[in-house]
Amino acid sequence: MDAVTQWQKQWFDYTQSLRREGFLDDQFAQLKKLQDESSPDFVVEVVSLFFQDSEKLLNNMGRALEQNVVNFKQVDAYVHQFKGSSAWIGALRLKNVCINFRNSCEAQNLEGCLRCLQQVQQESSALKSKLEYLFRLEQQIVAAGGSIPIME
Amino acid sequence: MEACNCIEPQWPADELLMKYQYISDFFIALAYFSIPLELIYFVKKSAVFPYRWVLVQFGAFIVLCGATHLINLWTFSMHSRTVAIVMTTAKVLTAVVSCATALMLVHIIPDLLSVKTRELFLKNKAAELDREMGLIRTQEETGRHVRMLTHEIRSTLDRHTILKTTLVELGRTLALEECALWMPTRTGLELQLSYTLRQQNPVGYTVPIHLPVINQVFSSNRALKISPNSPVARMRPLAGKHMPGEVVAVRVPLLHLSNFQINDWPELSTKRYALMVLMLPSDSARQWHVHELELVEVVADQVAVALSHAAILEESMRARDLLMEQNIALDLARREAETAIRARNDFLAVMNHEMRTPMHAIIALSSLLQETELTPEQRLMVETILKSSHLLATLINDVLDLSRLEDGSLQLEIATFNLHSVFREVHNLIKPVASVKKLSVSLNLAADLPVQAVGDEKRLMQIVLNVVGNAVKFSKEGSISITAFVAKSESLRDFRAPEFFPVQSDNHFYLRVQVKDSGSGINPQDIPKLFTKFAQTQSLATRNSGGSGLGLAICKRFVNLMEGHIWIESEGPGKGCTAIFIVKLGFAERSNESKLPFVTKVQANHVQTNFPGLKVLVMDDNGVSRSVTKGLLGHLGCDVTTVSSIDEFLHVISQEHKVVFMDVCMPGIDGYELAVRIHEKFTKRHERPVLVALTGNIDKMTKENCMRVGMDGVILKPVSVDKMRSVLSELLEHRVLFEAM
Repeated sequence: MDAVTQWQKQWFDYTQSLRREGFLDDQFAQLKKLQDESSPDFVVEVVSLFFQDSEKLLNNMGRALEQNVVNFKQVDAYVHQFKGSSAWIGALRLKNVCINFRNSCEAQNLEGCLRCLQQVQQESSALKSKLEYLFRLEQQIVAAGGSIPIME
Repeated sequence: MEACNCIEPQWPADELLMKYQYISDFFIALAYFSIPLELIYFVKKSAVFPYRWVLVQFGAFIVLCGATHLINLWTFSMHSRTVAIVMTTAKVLTAVVSCATALMLVHIIPDLLSVKTRELFLKNKAAELDREMGLIRTQEETGRHVRMLTHEIRSTLDRHTILKTTLVELGRTLALEECALWMPTRTGLELQLSYTLRQQNPVGYTVPIHLPVINQVFSSNRALKISPNSPVARMRPLAGKHMPGEVVAVRVPLLHLSNFQINDWPELSTKRYALMVLMLPSDSARQWHVHELELVEVVADQVAVALSHAAILEESMRARDLLMEQNIALDLARREAETAIRARNDFLAVMNHEMRTPMHAIIALSSLLQETELTPEQRLMVETILKSSHLLATLINDVLDLSRLEDGSLQLEIATFNLHSVFREVHNLIKPVASVKKLSVSLNLAADLPVQAVGDEKRLMQIVLNVVGNAVKFSKEGSISITAFVAKSESLRDFRAPEFFPVQSDNHFYLRVQVKDSGSGINPQDIPKLFTKFAQTQSLATRNSGGSGLGLAICKRFVNLMEGHIWIESEGPGKGCTAIFIVKLGFAERSNESKLPFVTKVQANHVQTNFPGLKVLVMDDNGVSRSVTKGLLGHLGCDVTTVSSIDEFLHVISQEHKVVFMDVCMPGIDGYELAVRIHEKFTKRHERPVLVALTGNIDKMTKENCMRVGMDGVILKPVSVDKMRSVLSELLEHRVLFEAM
């Protein structure tokens, strides 16, 4: 088996594991579908945009939760945005954590919110590193002349 | 000459006699003069003396008599002629007056005597009045007693207190030795001693109710004297008392509160009576007086009234308590039901999305997988996955549909459709399955059945498919026949559907469909259960067929929504059965809207794959959301513009944009408001772009809001490529889309 095929296999296994572990869902495949000749880096662009946005949102959320009088509505609005974005890129786990986060906001439970924020941050960074790895793998495959298999 | 005590000793003896005469005359005169004085004195003192004239006469008489005697004094010795004349005058006068007085007295004395009789008479009268007064007083006291008794009796509404008080008060008022109340037993054949005055706990003496003495008392409303030896009066052993007191008994009417067998005595009314027995003290020689009897009668009546009041009150208190209890129970049940409904709605709201998303993913991906290169075993596996997931999706949809049906939130989607093709499609779908089971399926559409109809095509197909599917499922051999025709008024009123009263009108017709199979048949007793959710008739055939038992229940509800009726006829097991349903459909107008005959949902395959140059405007405040949607639409060939605020939107929007996607969950931005403004801006329908809402939550409220502001469609995000494709396709074709996902 040559390097490309090996990498392709690696890529396949990795995506499978990501799906299994719930990091990504069906929506990510949809994103992949949108990648074509006219927009070859569509997925990477969208994902980078997502992480940029999410960093800003996380900072805002953290600041809002540090206030003496916490404006839960504001925090909820941030989480809503975050949830929406996560849904669009198919980040399943992130989306679920956001759902919990929103519940805590509605219940005005500060402790719960802080816990959720921490979870979101953790999941976010985990996803980021995983996706970075995936993209590097893809770059390698493409550089070696192979083609990225279609995601199921 | 004066008389003096010193009389000369040598008077002659006859002079002694003369002296005595002299003295007596003197005293007589004195007395005669003093009597009138006394009379006058005493009469003056007394207030009443009717005969003054007589007094004067009498006084005169006496005075003159006195004068006579006085003058007589002078006649003892030698007297002159003057004295004699005076004497004579006096005597004459005296004679006259005395005669007059004597005559007068004849008149007066009877009068005086009659005074005496009058006095006697008056005394008698006074005695009589006294007696009468005594009587009246007694009566008044009796009346007071009655009032007091009544008051005592009526002051309580407790049965026992009433009766006890009656006895006590009667006993006190009439000074009775014993007072007892006999109540009829449940059977009504005996009287039982229930209350007595002296004995605290009367032991249950009973007497049969047929006794003549009792009948006598019951048949009269008066208090009757009865013999002290009758069984009702012999309550305790009389220890050596010789003369038992008189006994009186009276009836007390009782209110009907329990069943009473009147078979035994047709001559009496159905009224029930109790017996009150009153005994005067023995050895007292007292008798029952009329007023006492009257008292007893009045009391008996009052007791009856008081008892009936007490009974009514008891009844109404009981009813009220019962109602209160029921109220509380109902309230509790209602709250529980509400909680349950809320819980279910919450559950559904969550499951709605959460269940469908993975299902969608599974189905989408499996279908995609089907199109890739697969080995035969893999293909088989994928097909199985697809079939099972379709089944599961149907089940989920069914359950959710059913709950929406029960909720009342399901609405029929009315549109014009081809009626004939519905049946043909069902026929096509069912033919393969039936031929496997070697069943023949025949379809007969009546000649007058309209080709086009207005109604909910999808649900109608569901009903027909379900019914026909059941027919196939439960038949092992033979044939299935499907007949559809327009129901005429006679056939509409089927005796099996007595509560179904269809009304004919010009715009609607009633479609009647009969599906007859020659299968295992159904026991007539089981027929009602068929339409209940989740109930299954237990038979070997059904065990293998699967299904949740929801089918017919859902069909029934759809049929009801279509103002129709569905029922099943079967002669019994092994004799096959016929499922019949009638639904109301509208006549289709022969307008430009008539479509090609074979346009059905199957046409979903002919979806536009590309929309080159279609100008689309996307409004979303989320950057990621914007890019992905843009990419999605761009992939489908659209010319996409994205905006992130209302101002930008209003600036950019123009007639060139055919479709607008807007996020309606943007915080701080009212997407609905925007939709209204768009409607205001583009008044003509063909100028206005198609408005589609993008939302993360698709519930009744959101849908309603979207419809209210005039949106043409709602989509749940995130959207897949295929979804977006079909959405755009449908939007451009129909300008309306209200699919949930």
